[in-house]
Amino acid sequence: MSSPPAATTLDVATVRKEFALLTGERDGHPVTYLDSAASSQRPARVLDAMRSYEETTHANVHRGVYRVAEEATRRFEAARVAAGRFVGAPVPDREVVFTKNATEGINLVAHTWGKRNLGRGDAVVLTEMEHHANVVPWLMLAEERGLELRWIPVDDDGLLVLDDLDRLVDGAKLVGVTAMSNVLGTLNPLAEISAVAHAAGAVVVADGAQSVPHVPTDVTALGCDFLAFSAHKMLGPTGIGVLWGREELLADLPPFLGGGEMILDVRKDGFTPNDIPWRFEAGTPPIVEAIGLHAAVDYLDELGMAAVRAHEIDLTAYALGVLSDRFGDELTIHGPADAVRRGGVISFTHRDIHPHDLSQVLDQYGVCIRAGHHCAKPLMRRLGVTATARASFGPYNDHADVDRLADALAEAARFFA
Amino acid sequence: MAGLEDLYREIILDHYRSPRNRGELPSPPAHRVEGFNPLCGDEIVVSLQVEGDVLTDIKIGGSGCSISQSSASLMSAAVKGKPVEEVRELIGTFKAMMSIHEATLPRDSDGDEVDPSLDATPVDVDALGELAALQGVVKFPVRIKCATLSWNTLAQGLDEVGAG
Repeated sequence: MSSPPAATTLDVATVRKEFALLTGERDGHPVTYLDSAASSQRPARVLDAMRSYEETTHANVHRGVYRVAEEATRRFEAARVAAGRFVGAPVPDREVVFTKNATEGINLVAHTWGKRNLGRGDAVVLTEMEHHANVVPWLMLAEERGLELRWIPVDDDGLLVLDDLDRLVDGAKLVGVTAMSNVLGTLNPLAEISAVAHAAGAVVVADGAQSVPHVPTDVTALGCDFLAFSAHKMLGPTGIGVLWGREELLADLPPFLGGGEMILDVRKDGFTPNDIPWRFEAGTPPIVEAIGLHAAVDYLDELGMAAVRAHEIDLTAYALGVLSDRFGDELTIHGPADAVRRGGVISFTHRDIHPHDLSQVLDQYGVCIRAGHHCAKPLMRRLGVTATARASFGPYNDHADVDRLADALAEAARFFA
Repeated sequence: MAGLEDLYREIILDHYRSPRNRGELPSPPAHRVEGFNPLCGDEIVVSLQVEGDVLTDIKIGGSGCSISQSSASLMSAAVKGKPVEEVRELIGTFKAMMSIHEATLPRDSDGDEVDPSLDATPVDVDALGELAALQGVVKFPVRIKCATLSWNTLAQGLDEVGAG
């Protein structure tokens, strides 16, 4: 294992104070929240921003000519630009589509780009480590259109096998790949994959749900054509996500859902769709959620994504060390052994205890982890398990959280011995 | 807060560590049916042999947590060699024990309907014998699906073979 950076510039003790749930107790135990890969907690400043907007500024956007509505519209569009800048979008005001979540973002690509460009026999390349959100939309389209699905395999270290990538993408129209596995934590070489895919004439849809909250992101450097992510995994609220798309691709796409907002004109015999990005946003959008997302990216910028990432490498390396020192062969830790190659997600299985039972016992000690298939059943089959236990970190977690996880795991082992 | 001892009764841990009627029956003649828990990915395989009106043999395969495995083991011991009609009654009683509390919860992802009339029916826990050990599961709502997985799978198997 390579050594993590010596020091982190993230002041975790100060960060923690912003998160009410983490400073409290449940049944005499501090709350050890290790499920940020499922959903993060929200800091007070995000909640305050949303409440303040509701109390002072709310009206529907892009409609009223009164000042409150103008201010609401300005704040909503400012959130769009902030979200775009956070991932390095070259044209944030036109390339950022607000969706319900990352899942809807990928479905939007399948319904617009996919339906326009994919037909019988066309190939779509996915990886074995995709979340169901980047599998099922393509399976649905494959069923409807008769597509061929190809799979980039995962090796025993939890890394993508890219030796054969040229052949796999040859003739393919689309490559769907996660920037970071929600199970293994693996950070995938998006730039390399995008370059090979583009050389073969395929577009690249990246699932950024796990990576964007934890790793500095620049869509130009990643080289992908679409990137989907969710606010609720990055200290923002539920109910809003972002699909970033390359401007020239988005400009060419048909609408997604139909209704208000997405049109320029409607007649009895037809309609004229609106310009991007509103073309893809039918109906009243998640406005207060956009305000919350804006506050969340401002906070992450203030903390500094490089510091967030350095902190996470330190924490992940510490956790990998503690778990293997204390439990040895009792625990199988899935994914890359080197913390630098992974985000702050650690999936493990205990030799004798089912993940569900582990999670149940841990809960008695206030330790919140996820147990299950993590919406990645093709990967579970590849790993030869039906479920894993998963601990995942946010910028508010520290070494003490990892120690409490290990202590509770020891209690579980004792209980089931 | 409900404690771990409410959930993991000694008899449950015993059946988890030493499951009864483990394995599969040759199919055919036995009927093989699979059940899935979409929440956690657990899979169970129930092999059942029905001769006339009697469930003459049953085996349990697949993998899962202590609750799903022990519930399946306890079930297999309780129903093996019993008339199908009695087995169906037992399934009803067991699910009623779980449903009383399930009815107060949002519907599960597989959309199982909860019969509101079950709320009014007192469950004869004594009739359940060792199975009553699983009663504590209702205090841990997300685990109810684990306990009922094998029972739903058995019921499906009986329907498929047209028994009783």
